[in-house]
Amino acid sequence: MNKDVMICGVGGQGTVLASKIIAAAAMEEGNCVHSAETIGMAQRGGSVTSHVRIGEEACSPLIPHGSAQLMLAFEPAEAVRNLCYMQQGGIIVVNTAATKPVTASLTGSGYDGTDMTAYLADKYNCIFVNADELCRPYGSTKFFNIMMLGIAAGSGALGIAKDTITGQIEKRIPARFADINKQAFLAGYAIGEREMTR
Amino acid sequence: MKEYVMGNGAIALGALAAGVNLVAGYPGTPSSEIIETVARYPHEGVHVEWSVNEKAALEVAVAAAYSGARALVTMKQMGLNVASDPLMSVAYVGVKGGLVIVSADDPGPISSQTEQDGRRYADFARIPVFDPSSPEEAFAMVQDAFEYSEKYNTPVLLRPTTRVCHAYASIVIPDQYAPKEFDGFEKDTGRWVIFPRLSHINHAKMEARNAEVGKDFSAYRFNTVEGAATGKHVKAVVTSGISYACVKECLKDQPAARGNSQADPVRLIRIATAFPFPEDFAVNALDGVDEVLCIEELSPYLEEQILKTAGRHGLKIKVRGKLDGTVPHNGEISTDLAAGILREAYGIQAGFDTVDTSDAPPLPVRPPVLCAGCSHRASFYAVKQAMKGRKAIFCGDIGCYTLGNAMPLDMVDTCLCMGAGITMAQGFAHTHDDRVCFGFVGDSTFFASGMTGVVNAVYNEADMILCVLDNSTTAMTGHQPHPGTGRNMMGNVVEKVDIAAVLKGIGVPDVAVIDPFDLDTAVATVREFADKKGVKAIVFKSPCIALSKPGAPYAVDSAKCINCRKCIREIGCPALVTSGDAVLIDPNLCTGCGLCASICPVEAIGGDVCE
Repeated sequence: MNKDVMICGVGGQGTVLASKIIAAAAMEEGNCVHSAETIGMAQRGGSVTSHVRIGEEACSPLIPHGSAQLMLAFEPAEAVRNLCYMQQGGIIVVNTAATKPVTASLTGSGYDGTDMTAYLADKYNCIFVNADELCRPYGSTKFFNIMMLGIAAGSGALGIAKDTITGQIEKRIPARFADINKQAFLAGYAIGEREMTR
Repeated sequence: MKEYVMGNGAIALGALAAGVNLVAGYPGTPSSEIIETVARYPHEGVHVEWSVNEKAALEVAVAAAYSGARALVTMKQMGLNVASDPLMSVAYVGVKGGLVIVSADDPGPISSQTEQDGRRYADFARIPVFDPSSPEEAFAMVQDAFEYSEKYNTPVLLRPTTRVCHAYASIVIPDQYAPKEFDGFEKDTGRWVIFPRLSHINHAKMEARNAEVGKDFSAYRFNTVEGAATGKHVKAVVTSGISYACVKECLKDQPAARGNSQADPVRLIRIATAFPFPEDFAVNALDGVDEVLCIEELSPYLEEQILKTAGRHGLKIKVRGKLDGTVPHNGEISTDLAAGILREAYGIQAGFDTVDTSDAPPLPVRPPVLCAGCSHRASFYAVKQAMKGRKAIFCGDIGCYTLGNAMPLDMVDTCLCMGAGITMAQGFAHTHDDRVCFGFVGDSTFFASGMTGVVNAVYNEADMILCVLDNSTTAMTGHQPHPGTGRNMMGNVVEKVDIAAVLKGIGVPDVAVIDPFDLDTAVATVREFADKKGVKAIVFKSPCIALSKPGAPYAVDSAKCINCRKCIREIGCPALVTSGDAVLIDPNLCTGCGLCASICPVEAIGGDVCE
């Protein structure tokens, strides 16, 4: 398999764990994997990206523009910011719940993500989900990263088997949180399957 | 054993595989994970430490190398400036055991003050340098670097860049490794004591050795020539490091490789050992070449070496790169930038079609900010309130608290380098009688290079206020321990070095230790100190919120809130958001620090059942 997966969001949304699970699961299925993360200053409330490159063909650690087949966007504006990485005909799973930058409350800019969502709908093949709504039963949005993985896997766009990923969740997430994360993953998986048959 | 690790992890594991005996360094993005990885993997018999700064780390390692042990020193590129004093001298003295200095460069820069090029430091210090283009190569090169260091009795520099340090790849490490056995230090004053006469003799020896190393490097396995191009009028690309990976990504789909002759084929020359320059290799690689495009980050180092080589050997080659404006001087080389340069210069159709986003709505800007609940916010706010209506200069320093520059706090007037906040506050004090001069420094930075500045200020009778923002960790680089935290990298609990006691010992008469979230006391202390002469110090002590258990979130009582927005206008906490006209607290971000509640004029913010 040769596949570039772009994961983007805002610091603190759990994008790094999502990328680590994808990388580990892809390797478990026999692929060569390279990945790269934004680390350092950008983490603190800034835009973050993880580049996961599956396959022998990748040379550079970062995905070239126009090369990603799949994007997991944890925030709508971050999806638009990183749209340049997508090739034609790929798929974007995007959270429509916007994260306002601190500057937005200060300057009174009315950013709420709706114009980003509308732009994406017009421009690209997207699965739109809302983290706040989906995570309500869990009482916290901190399981959303694993749910995103589920949606991507369920849609078939990730190309990694369900069991491989649940196995990695068990391996990488402390036992007392593993069950609830698996539930979140399976709930996401069902959404992904449903979206693809629509 | 196969491990999926970061480039920094690969360097650490390579050093362990090479039998390293001692590892020392100071945290700095993008290099910090090297020492953390060494500490995480089995390393029995290996001494690991976070030193107080890079100079200390290198000196500790030099002693190990004089003893015949293998030593690794890690730092970011700015750290090499701090360590340059021992570096320049140890280059003259030489070593017995392998001494490898890893200094991670940061093209962009992404999280640094400068875009300096470590290869130039190697040239300046006259020591060999290795420049990996991937984590896999970094793993191999750190082991090669130890071999070369011992073969030629010289310190060696390994110069990875951010994208190598922070890229992940699979590394096969030996199931078993052990630290090197070594003889120990032998007294030999003619060898280990640097005197002008020794330097005079060794200078000549170093240059003779470097000529030899350059020849050796001409056969080095990571200096490579690729591409089908042969014969005359060949076009070449000379590159290294991550730029090599990017150019390779572009050339893998070039028409010539697909049997299409729309463009001339290109010869790809990669030089992984910039100094001593492998001249024989370069001359061979340039055979039949009439045009060279140098694609490299930070500085035109290889480009200048190619120009020199062409001059010395009378090669008629057109050399393009940074010096003629073909390649930008600043910023990273990405695959997309390399594709554009190759298209422009050589007509190669590299890169993929992209989605046109020129019609996208304006994107929100997300500058980095202090975390919700960060104690630095409270400290800055207290000083700002205390200085309302007075003239003051706020000298910042390197760490999370540099982010105190952001609106609405706006409390960093200068930021230069590690420790400069203190000494610059002193400098302003001598040039501005009418202003209160503040130096802000973090706890780790205080130990790294703050203490000598305080001595200087006391000795030279400055009127200034030192604010130590003590969150008991090195937060910005990933929470490394330091002398004030009471634990070290050997896993031991040690006596904490008490910052207030250090300041008193230096002779600072007024030293207050306060909780920054006790806003009234904090403001009163700053006001009191501002009216006193001499050096005064306030230690704002409160643990980093990222390492503490957050309290229950606060909430805004909408019935009481008069929507004055003082909380938003004055403290800029990311947990304070607006929804329509209403001010809300995001319960996912709020840590219950209470700073906003303490400034609300109508007591509308509370920690209980407010809505």
